[in-house]
Amino acid sequence: MTRNAPFQWPIRSSSSGGRRHLLDLDDFDRAEIEQYLATAEAMREILRRATPKTPALTGRTIVNLFLEDSTRTRVSFEIAGKRLNADVVNMTGSGSSVQKGESLVNTVRTLEAAGADVIVLRHPASGAAHLAAAQVHGSVINAGDGLHAHPTQALLDLLTIRDAFGTIAELRVVIVGDVLHSRVARSNLWGLTTMGADVTVCGPPTLLPRELPIGLPPVRVEHHLDRAIEGADVVMALRLQRERMTAGRLPSLREYSRLYQINDARLERARPNVLVLHPGPMNEGIEIDTATAHGRRSAIEDQVTNGVAVRMAVLHLLTGGSAVSNGVEPAGARRG
Amino acid sequence: MSDLLLRGGRVLDPSSGRDAVADVLVRDGLVASVGERLAADRVQIIDVAGLVVAPGFIDLHCHLRDPGLTYKESIASGGRAAAAGGFTTICCMPNTDPVIDSRGIVEYVLRTAAAESPVRVLPIGAVTKGQAGKELAELAELAEAGVVAFSDDGRPVATSSLMRHALEYSRITGRPVIDHCEDVTLTGGAPANEGPVAARLGLRGWPAAAETIIIARDLELAALTGGRLHIAHVSTAGGVELIRQAKRSGVPVTAEVTPHHLTLTDAWLLGEGLRWPATGTTSLDRRAPYDTRTKVNPPLRGDADVEAVIAGLADGTIDAIATDHAPHAVVDKLCEYDEAAFGISGFETALGALLALVETGAVSLERIVEALTVGPLRVLGDLDGRVSPGRIAEGCPADLVVFDPAHPWTVDPEHFLSKGKNSPLDGVELPGRVVLTMVAGKVAYRA
Repeated sequence: MTRNAPFQWPIRSSSSGGRRHLLDLDDFDRAEIEQYLATAEAMREILRRATPKTPALTGRTIVNLFLEDSTRTRVSFEIAGKRLNADVVNMTGSGSSVQKGESLVNTVRTLEAAGADVIVLRHPASGAAHLAAAQVHGSVINAGDGLHAHPTQALLDLLTIRDAFGTIAELRVVIVGDVLHSRVARSNLWGLTTMGADVTVCGPPTLLPRELPIGLPPVRVEHHLDRAIEGADVVMALRLQRERMTAGRLPSLREYSRLYQINDARLERARPNVLVLHPGPMNEGIEIDTATAHGRRSAIEDQVTNGVAVRMAVLHLLTGGSAVSNGVEPAGARRG
Repeated sequence: MSDLLLRGGRVLDPSSGRDAVADVLVRDGLVASVGERLAADRVQIIDVAGLVVAPGFIDLHCHLRDPGLTYKESIASGGRAAAAGGFTTICCMPNTDPVIDSRGIVEYVLRTAAAESPVRVLPIGAVTKGQAGKELAELAELAEAGVVAFSDDGRPVATSSLMRHALEYSRITGRPVIDHCEDVTLTGGAPANEGPVAARLGLRGWPAAAETIIIARDLELAALTGGRLHIAHVSTAGGVELIRQAKRSGVPVTAEVTPHHLTLTDAWLLGEGLRWPATGTTSLDRRAPYDTRTKVNPPLRGDADVEAVIAGLADGTIDAIATDHAPHAVVDKLCEYDEAAFGISGFETALGALLALVETGAVSLERIVEALTVGPLRVLGDLDGRVSPGRIAEGCPADLVVFDPAHPWTVDPEHFLSKGKNSPLDGVELPGRVVLTMVAGKVAYRA
């Protein structure tokens, strides 16, 4: 973008190597995902220290622009930024000029002019992160855009799965629920298939896309949960939004949970060491049984912990940090 | 008004089947004669050798945004843009502010056009008051005031019963009812064609069935009432097939297709794997995903639908090409895809895009010109000389376009005469361009 350009239409994220933005995982290859996971593991080492902090982003400013409600993602990005010693500013829609109708384009330009090096964007519209990325010289990280993508969630899910199994390739992964409206599912489909997992999506036909995303490697579609779950290594339950009922896509919560709830009885059909994931926030008793959510198979709290490490890795790599392998100090980090 | 001789062009007049090099003499606003080596005393001679001389194009479907939304377009700017696109008559949709649903607004449009537009402007009246889909507008009075058709475009005629009664009234007014066919309970305002592209982008899908359901409804009602039905911007294979069958069984229906539905697919939303035009072989570099300039209603479709609308145009199922020129201000488009306005600024790229389609061999140039002249006239019927004649014949008003089918140019919307710069073809090379547009013997545009 040149300074006097009146505006820019959305752009594609730059190719691997010079990546400036993280918009989705659909343009990541396996090596780049490995690089992010390895860097996240290094960050996790830092988080385990007595003083869990590194000065990698000293002097950098991160704005968390969250125009949709969020707890875990926003807090996770905030902690990640602070662990890297960045200046972190949090901004939500309410109480800002966004509420007065300021456009996203003007908002991100204003934030950059005020000194933001990285804008972490959560937004209710698909493609919002692409739009924002076109307007700035710095980096944009997609923290969830509409129904489209949530790449840091997918990365932390991949890390959690790899922690449990040592690999992702060849694992049988089942994603259950409202895939049609889930940015988490969409980003995971790209991440999991790129890493070589064998993926099944499962849910009622009203909540699955009629056709899967163009360009996606083969994914199995199954409407019967018991069949889908047979022999699964990983089962990921998605949050069910209550407005799906009013839209006529579901008769009732009761029926949905009878057909698609993840619970211990159903998991008997999976592999004995099956891992249960949920991106949160959970509707316990609906898409996932309370005992299962907090039981031995659940990695849901590990997901949250890994979220901070993954977001540290993303912030580090996008701002020019070099990739690191497990146990090695990130570039620019000094013992504090 | 000076007399003119267009010398040595390829005169392409589908109404008479003429396609030969000839001179066209224009005198007193009329075509005085057409023939070889016409004598040229005391007339201005324009050498058009190597260029095509055709009847001025007639656009059944455009949005001039006037009155009320003139930050997007006006009758003056839209008229100039139309002339630059080779159009000599344009029919403007009534979704203005206020809506064209009363005599006063019709008169405003006609008066303003007469004063400010270089091309003929024929207003289309609303089917329902305020286009609200509740009560019929005063259709007979609107027809008297000068509207040439009725439409609630932007949305469908809301209910089956309103559509029935509107079609019944068309038997008094003689004017067609133009329907935007979209079952809004199925689309819910979705911005993209339902399919694998929308699935990837996380955009809500507008399924083809939402178009075919309303086309089927309208065809049944046209058969029931004998009223004149015209289907706006057909975009689906199913829609084309329904119209084909209805025409075979004698239903009084006509249909139009836009240049963008003939040449672009929903892959343009994705910004990769692009071909231009859709059925051609030219691949473009990767472009941007979520480019809101691709957002249009009905949405850009997949390959099979594009092939079907091309086939429908080629075999005459689709009568006319209409631009659905829908200009918007930058702020209407420089936003989230869901929030962006629907529409493409189409006047100034229509011919170039259609020439690209001709280059693929899918449709002949003759058929394209026919669908821009004779076809729209068939939809409008006799309008006592208010519309361009759609032919080049002695004694007819000299509404003509001269274009160069082999003069490649690269689209730069900043150079559009339209206020609407919202074109997905920004940066695309088109094979040919309009050189001269003439309305009643008067130059309306010259490159």
